Amino acid sequence: MSNQPKGAIAGLGVTPMGKIYGRRSVDFAAEAIALALDDAGLQKSDIDGLLINANLSGDMDVRAQMTLGFENLSLVNVMSAYGSTAGSMMQYACMAIREGLAKTVVLVYADAPLSASRGAGQSYAGPHRYPLGGMAGLRAAYGNFGANAEYAMAARRHMHLYGTTPEQFGTIAVGQRKWAQLSPWAQMKQPMTMEDYYNSRFIAEPLRLFDCCLVSNGAVAVIVTSSERARDLRQKPVNVLGYAQCAPGDNLRTDRHPAVETGAKRSGEMAFRMAGITLDDIGTCQLYDCYTYTVLVTLEDYGFCAKGEGGAFVADGKLGPGGALPTNTGGGQLSGYYMWGFTPLSEAVVQARGQGGERQAPRNDFVLVSANGGILNFHSTIILSAQASGG
Amino acid sequence: MPQAATKPVPIPDDLSAPFFDGARDRKLMLQHCSACDSWSFPVRERCPHCFAAKLTWRQASGRGTLYTFTVMHQVMNPGFASAVPYNVAQVDLDEGVRMVSNVVGTGNDALRIGMKLEVVFEDVSDEIRIPKFRPVAG
Ligand SMILES: [Zn+2]
Repeated sequence: MSNQPKGAIAGLGVTPMGKIYGRRSVDFAAEAIALALDDAGLQKSDIDGLLINANLSGDMDVRAQMTLGFENLSLVNVMSAYGSTAGSMMQYACMAIREGLAKTVVLVYADAPLSASRGAGQSYAGPHRYPLGGMAGLRAAYGNFGANAEYAMAARRHMHLYGTTPEQFGTIAVGQRKWAQLSPWAQMKQPMTMEDYYNSRFIAEPLRLFDCCLVSNGAVAVIVTSSERARDLRQKPVNVLGYAQCAPGDNLRTDRHPAVETGAKRSGEMAFRMAGITLDDIGTCQLYDCYTYTVLVTLEDYGFCAKGEGGAFVADGKLGPGGALPTNTGGGQLSGYYMWGFTPLSEAVVQARGQGGERQAPRNDFVLVSANGGILNFHSTIILSAQASGG
Repeated sequence: MPQAATKPVPIPDDLSAPFFDGARDRKLMLQHCSACDSWSFPVRERCPHCFAAKLTWRQASGRGTLYTFTVMHQVMNPGFASAVPYNVAQVDLDEGVRMVSNVVGTGNDALRIGMKLEVVFEDVSDEIRIPKFRPVAG
């Protein structure tokens, strides 16, 4: 039996995603919050807490509280552990609610890096993003920009150690595209075959374009309250049963290998212990998938298979529609939308409620969510369940 | 004709100056902690292992092995437009630190994880020289 919930998700708002130009991050945030309030059956005046995920573009700061027009918030902050922040925001919201600091807290991620005049690949690039002072300038001098190179190197290391293949990465990409075709929110609807995967251009070997996440304009908001209060609201409450973070440290020591042994291991162990369930209870996974490789290594570190066997584990297509472990059922960041940890979190809410329609996973008693930040430097895990009782 | 974009050139600051000064003299300088006898990278005031403020700059062996690498195709900076495909590598130095660099003196197709490497220095401007790595002969 699972343990008592830490809190509950009462509302979810997901805006249209992708190449929607001319709107600011904060305006997308407002739309997502309005959608989440409607979803929960709440008024804006019911909100007394606001946690903002600092975004990749850097234009969501604490002043968003004023633009959004909130009043008398008893909890407000901007949080950042890169892509893993959604999990830490969930922790702090639930803790604050249990401590009585706030009753109903909005968590929001919004970003609008895409513009009509600039390709998606340049959205987070540009000289301003790559400082030249000190040792940071050394990275730039080597042509080591952004996350692509670093994740490519992590994937290559895994391939070297364990014989992981591009075909196995491709299976993840193809499976998630199939899911995306079933999701009204997903950006990428065109079918993708394995041949398409292999034909997509190299970004940073071994990673091809279809190994890499999308770039999205849009926002996701999630409303968190106590489990008790959530029962009186419009939607079936999605209880938060467990959560944990692990930041394994940098990879700049030869005795450390976060590229192939991630924070998913420790944070997963802690979250499962807190929830009082085991891996076998998980019906669907929503895993952070900035790259196909991230899904594979996260599955290993949570213990769905042994270290090094992630490639063989995914090779039969078990993550895709009809598979034994439906994973990233909204298409994930690869084919759905890229909202950092709010991509997996938002789809997990849909799945836990049983609102997935064509993409609904058959088992949804317990949903596993991962979020990952930096170059596998930060990890958070959330376990959700809409089961009526936590105990 | 418009001038081709140039690759970014690091601008040393107070903390990193010994590294870049060393590179100008073709020496790979790293911080070493006299309290716990360990090396660290990139640069900081306090040892990340034992947290003592006893870091001094010492010349490293310049020898290591290739931990992993990528071959970059995406142009993320206009200075690298004519450089793609180029490699970015993580090199495990014998001192126990891992640094990012480029492997030179061999084709990208010849890169193998675990291969032995040694430091070489390359001018990136009149003032700045940076360490890169090449396969150890034999
Ligand atoms: Zn020390």
